[in-house]
Amino acid sequence: MEPARRRSVVDLALPQGALASAHAGTRAKVLDRLRLGDTAFRYLTRAAAFAVLLLLSGVIVSLISGALPALRTFGLGFLISQRWNPVTDNFGALPAIYGTVLTSAIAILIAVPVGLMIAFFLTELCPPWLRRPIGIAIELLAGIPSIIYGIWGLFVFAPFLQETLQPFLINTLGNVPGIAPLFAGPPYGIGMLTAGLILAIMVLPFVTSISRDVFDAVPPVLKEAAYGVGCTTWEVVRYVVLPYARVGVIGGVMLALGRALGETMAVTFVIGNAHRISASVLAPGTTISATIANEFTEAVGDLYTSALIALGLILFVITFIVLAVARYLLLRIERRIG
Amino acid sequence: MLATLPVTAISGKASAARYAARHRNNVIAMVLALGATALGLGWLALILGSLLWQGFSGLSLRVFTQMTPPPGASGGLLNPIIGSLMLTGLAVAIGTPIGILAGTYMAEYGRYDRLTKVVRFINDILLSAPSIVVGLFIYEVMVAPMGHFSGLAGGVALAVLVIPVVVRTTEDMLTLVPNSLREAATSIGLPRSLTIMRISYRAARAGMVTGVLLAVARISGETAPLLFTSLNNQFWSTNLNAPMASLPVVIFQFALSPYKDWQSLAWTGALIITLAVLALSITARSLVAVSKTS
Repeated sequence: MEPARRRSVVDLALPQGALASAHAGTRAKVLDRLRLGDTAFRYLTRAAAFAVLLLLSGVIVSLISGALPALRTFGLGFLISQRWNPVTDNFGALPAIYGTVLTSAIAILIAVPVGLMIAFFLTELCPPWLRRPIGIAIELLAGIPSIIYGIWGLFVFAPFLQETLQPFLINTLGNVPGIAPLFAGPPYGIGMLTAGLILAIMVLPFVTSISRDVFDAVPPVLKEAAYGVGCTTWEVVRYVVLPYARVGVIGGVMLALGRALGETMAVTFVIGNAHRISASVLAPGTTISATIANEFTEAVGDLYTSALIALGLILFVITFIVLAVARYLLLRIERRIG
Repeated sequence: MLATLPVTAISGKASAARYAARHRNNVIAMVLALGATALGLGWLALILGSLLWQGFSGLSLRVFTQMTPPPGASGGLLNPIIGSLMLTGLAVAIGTPIGILAGTYMAEYGRYDRLTKVVRFINDILLSAPSIVVGLFIYEVMVAPMGHFSGLAGGVALAVLVIPVVVRTTEDMLTLVPNSLREAATSIGLPRSLTIMRISYRAARAGMVTGVLLAVARISGETAPLLFTSLNNQFWSTNLNAPMASLPVVIFQFALSPYKDWQSLAWTGALIITLAVLALSITARSLVAVSKTS
């Protein structure tokens, strides 16, 4: 590339160096400048890495300082109180925590079996030419913004449930002794169950793509050996692939759970915003994120704002723990795969 | 593991029955797997279908040339579209350099040191942290001290979401650059920083661009962090120091309103966002595919 003229190393490194190379003194200067630039760049990247750490600590510190007034007023009772009354400035987090946990549980209960079965289909049954297109379609589902799920849930899915699934549940499971209270009440359309179902659709791609990846990472020798002793496809998946991929699958499920717990828009549209704990999954409720999204800009008074930030802090702590466990498990399986 | 396998041939008759049962279970599992896949894909089709149906019926040139209307009047989505573009641009301008530099440190300078391990873990947490919490954070550090909502705060909130995506892809892509390239550059006397900028970055360029595209796709539909940072603005405004309209927030407001015109505009806005996000992810995907083949 370079002309055949003789050049020293520094000249090759920098065009300016080539210009200045005539004089030894200026060359030393160029070298100094290079050394300085090198050190500066190194510290710059290091500072950026620290900025990421700073970001997370900033989130934690600002949430704690914002939540302090509410936590000081209500103490630990904030976690177990069911009251939510902006007029008398009396707040409790329990209904929101309950809604967050319940909707996420519904989502995981549905998304995990379905996601695992899709991963089973993609890795063992699907013809090779179909694998990529289906995989991409599932991943596109993950890219759709949550507000789209929200608007779709509100205008299409909730009315549909109101007319079909919910009356069906009320008329069948609603009469079974023992679990009847779970399915009591009128079919509102919106409510905990609807929010849970929407969340299930949202996290399905996460469960699927991670399960597919860890299923793919199972050494073929193991599967071939199982087939060799006469296992059926299902037995290979059930007794060889699943046990081998267990840790990774659990990591993926925790990751999906983290998403479901913190999801805001998809839930806010269809949850119904009722600060109470109902036995029925058909009843409207609220989640932490939906409460914050709905009430934060309209919150009057410091204590109200602070109570909402305290809710955010609780959400952050819960998701932090769930995500940390997920990362730890996924890291373990990554190490094993190597 | 083998001990748990239900494979024990005893007598001819029993083993034939057992074989039939195993065969039946296998068929059931396969049908369920097929059904689950059909369900997943069907759902995607259903959502996209109703989105196209509802969105296209309200789509017209008006949407791109007029401001958001008061209830009952006709109008478009020009100000939220411009607002969204500005917020996204601001977020990318702030988040990308920080993300790339941090990723560079992790892959080039401190690949094996402790700081990198900690940052990687924290970054993964940030990557999936609830975005509404990011909104609260920016509210606390920017909106409350400044005393008013602003487009700037919205852009910074989105930047907080951009950084982890860019850090992750930059680190991954730089790690894939073969060390022999770096060694070759060092052997002719290239300083470390120039090795990184002229060799590593160039080799990893497609992947790093993909990371930025994915980050844009991620933030372009984000609503929660904007609700109490950039808020909303019914009028034309490009002032970053004032509340600013954005597509997701306008969709949120219009969809939950009782007015038919507003709801129809919300669907159209949702369609625009979805098409933009899908286009971005497909571009990102093909970029990766190209860089893999070349």
